Amino acid sequence: MSALELVQIALYVGLLIVCTPLLGGYMAKVFSGQRNFMSPVLTPIENGIYKVSGVNASQEMDWKTYAVAMLLFNLLGFLVLFVIQLVQGSLPLNPENLPNVPTALAFNTAISFMTNTNWQSYAGETTMSYFTQMVGLAVQNFVSAATGIAIVVALTRGLARRTGQTIGNFWVDLVRAILYILLPLSIILALILVSQGVVQTFASYKDVTTLTGEIQHLPLGPAASQIAIKQLGTNGGGFFNTNSAHPFENPTPLSNFLQMFAILMIPAALTYTYGVMVGAKRQGWVIFGAMLLLFMVGLITMLAAEYSHNPVYGVAGVMEGKETRFGVANSVLWAESTTVASNGSVNSMHDSLSPIAGMIPLFNIMLGEVIFGGVGAGLYGMLIFVILTVFIAGLMVGRTPEYLGKKIEAREVKMAILAVLLPNACILLGAGLASVLDQALASRANMGPHGLSEILYAFSSAAGNNGSAFAGLNANVDFYNIALGIIMLIGRFGIIIPVLVIAGSMVSKRVSPPSPGTFPTDGGLFVGLLVAVVLIVGALTFFPALSLGPIVEHYLMQAGRIF
Amino acid sequence: MLAQLKPALVILGLMTLITGVVYPLAITGIAQVVFPDKADGSIREVNGQAVGSTLIGQANNDPRYFWPRPSAIGYNPLPSSGTNAGPTNATLAEMVKQRAAEIREANGLDAEAEIPADLLFASASGLDPHISPDAAKLQIDRVATTRGLDRQQVADLVEEYTEKPQLFILGQERVNVLLLNMALDKLGG
Repeated sequence: MSALELVQIALYVGLLIVCTPLLGGYMAKVFSGQRNFMSPVLTPIENGIYKVSGVNASQEMDWKTYAVAMLLFNLLGFLVLFVIQLVQGSLPLNPENLPNVPTALAFNTAISFMTNTNWQSYAGETTMSYFTQMVGLAVQNFVSAATGIAIVVALTRGLARRTGQTIGNFWVDLVRAILYILLPLSIILALILVSQGVVQTFASYKDVTTLTGEIQHLPLGPAASQIAIKQLGTNGGGFFNTNSAHPFENPTPLSNFLQMFAILMIPAALTYTYGVMVGAKRQGWVIFGAMLLLFMVGLITMLAAEYSHNPVYGVAGVMEGKETRFGVANSVLWAESTTVASNGSVNSMHDSLSPIAGMIPLFNIMLGEVIFGGVGAGLYGMLIFVILTVFIAGLMVGRTPEYLGKKIEAREVKMAILAVLLPNACILLGAGLASVLDQALASRANMGPHGLSEILYAFSSAAGNNGSAFAGLNANVDFYNIALGIIMLIGRFGIIIPVLVIAGSMVSKRVSPPSPGTFPTDGGLFVGLLVAVVLIVGALTFFPALSLGPIVEHYLMQAGRIF
Repeated sequence: MLAQLKPALVILGLMTLITGVVYPLAITGIAQVVFPDKADGSIREVNGQAVGSTLIGQANNDPRYFWPRPSAIGYNPLPSSGTNAGPTNATLAEMVKQRAAEIREANGLDAEAEIPADLLFASASGLDPHISPDAAKLQIDRVATTRGLDRQQVADLVEEYTEKPQLFILGQERVNVLLLNMALDKLGG
């Protein structure tokens, strides 16, 4: 590694720390309904939306109404996206005359974008028309991200409020997340990306005659606008097949740095928003600290693995599946960022990473996408672990567990366990099933233990709503399209519903003042406990599976074995 | 439940309009005015004919030109793809040996000469427009000899077309193969 690469990593982490209170403070104002510098422009638009849609912004919802509104909105979004794909051949803005998307693929893709997963069984430039990308996929990029933010804000209210029955208004949270946060940031990022060379046009694909006289048919499209929200909303669905490795999607080191930063910017800042909204900034920083610690451990492990000598190829710093303009360090930093967050965009091919460097992204996803995580989804996932940690700490000191002055009781712990177990069960059962089905096994691109890693990664990515892949696996077959589609749904709503139940039950609890028996949740000890609980749950669940995939592959590689 | 149906429908409709129509149209409008060349794919022309995009690599095994990295798709961009070969892939291990041998032979290097990793391994996109400065330097002799040009002249061109890290700290040094080859054609030979 060069000093320059270390500087880039330090700059990335430093900027993340600086940006967190700035953006986080702004978001706290937005979701508390306070005036902010965007209000003069956006309040009239916001009120117009409520008027047309018949929403009474001051009327709050209990958790059940909130859940119904959220589910209904997501169901409709799924249907619209599903239908757009099925009939795209008859719709405008399709200069390449791409045919209708096959049903199983359209089903998988519609779920994928609605659940903020953005798993892609298709290649954008040869499957999706400009219309589908822009009016179908990119809209879900915005609204699925906003859904995640709304849920975490609702949970935050549930924990913060002194007493009550309601946790906010879903429509208000959704609209504000889009208008005040996602859209302005997307506009800025999209324009910077175009300045770097990301394409943004409705012209048809361009034919060029290369220096050696061959015809190259270059795909174009309104990419920059979609890529901006793809990064900011932790969506990750690429405009082109190779995502942010494609030079039209991520042309320069600067575009790379900004896209990479956009992945973690909002999830990190939400921890500060949380601290402000619960009235104790330290509570937010404690969660941020735990996340940053897990992030750094993963990053350092990956860098060490990827820069070490590969005895099979006789090279340290293998460049297979990496772009020259990014090199090894920026490829690894991206892979770490995109998998701790449930973003799933890639600037290198994760399938080609060395065994341990490929295992870390996989393990990041398996931990439940709680290290910064998806916008909103990461923080509510981490708060599930906070509840578990408080519960375990309570058992250790022999007192009723409390968090923010509210008692954690059987109902909350049950829901927290459910939210942890559901996606984990999907990963292990799904990968287990695929390992014995001929059709599923036939999709592998690599043999030996790496083939199992490809399958494990696919199910983890779906259950964690990440969307990145060990992309050698051909997932565009009915088995994967349908199985992964269903698992993406469970991975999304199997967590959101328990989270809303917790929000609903916590909001009605009375706050009691801290007593000598209260376990403090705002210090270094709690950071350590929280990190330990996250790691122990993940390791206990997945160590056997990982040892059959990347771990054994690492030792075989050291012995020079190839498959 | 029905009470939430109207807001769900209307807000989805409005958000589709705002984020799916107005937003991309506005960005396209601004982009086409402020950065038309970039927004349209950074296309370069020679004698009025489009010869490629500075961002998209091209297949080239003519000894008169600098060669790009290996590509999983032979630089045919529909669709872009890497090989996705894993770290213990037998096929890739064989290809790496073969590529090293071919590069050594084509450039008159001895059997022990080290080959830069970017020339041995395919890129993620299959469309990488760059090679490392080392990969370019390794080809100078071959290009100069084939074209009958002075070696120093070609070396100077490589130096001129070596891009530094962006804003001094981002990314790493690299050479854009298409731009270098176009400059080479201007030089003649």
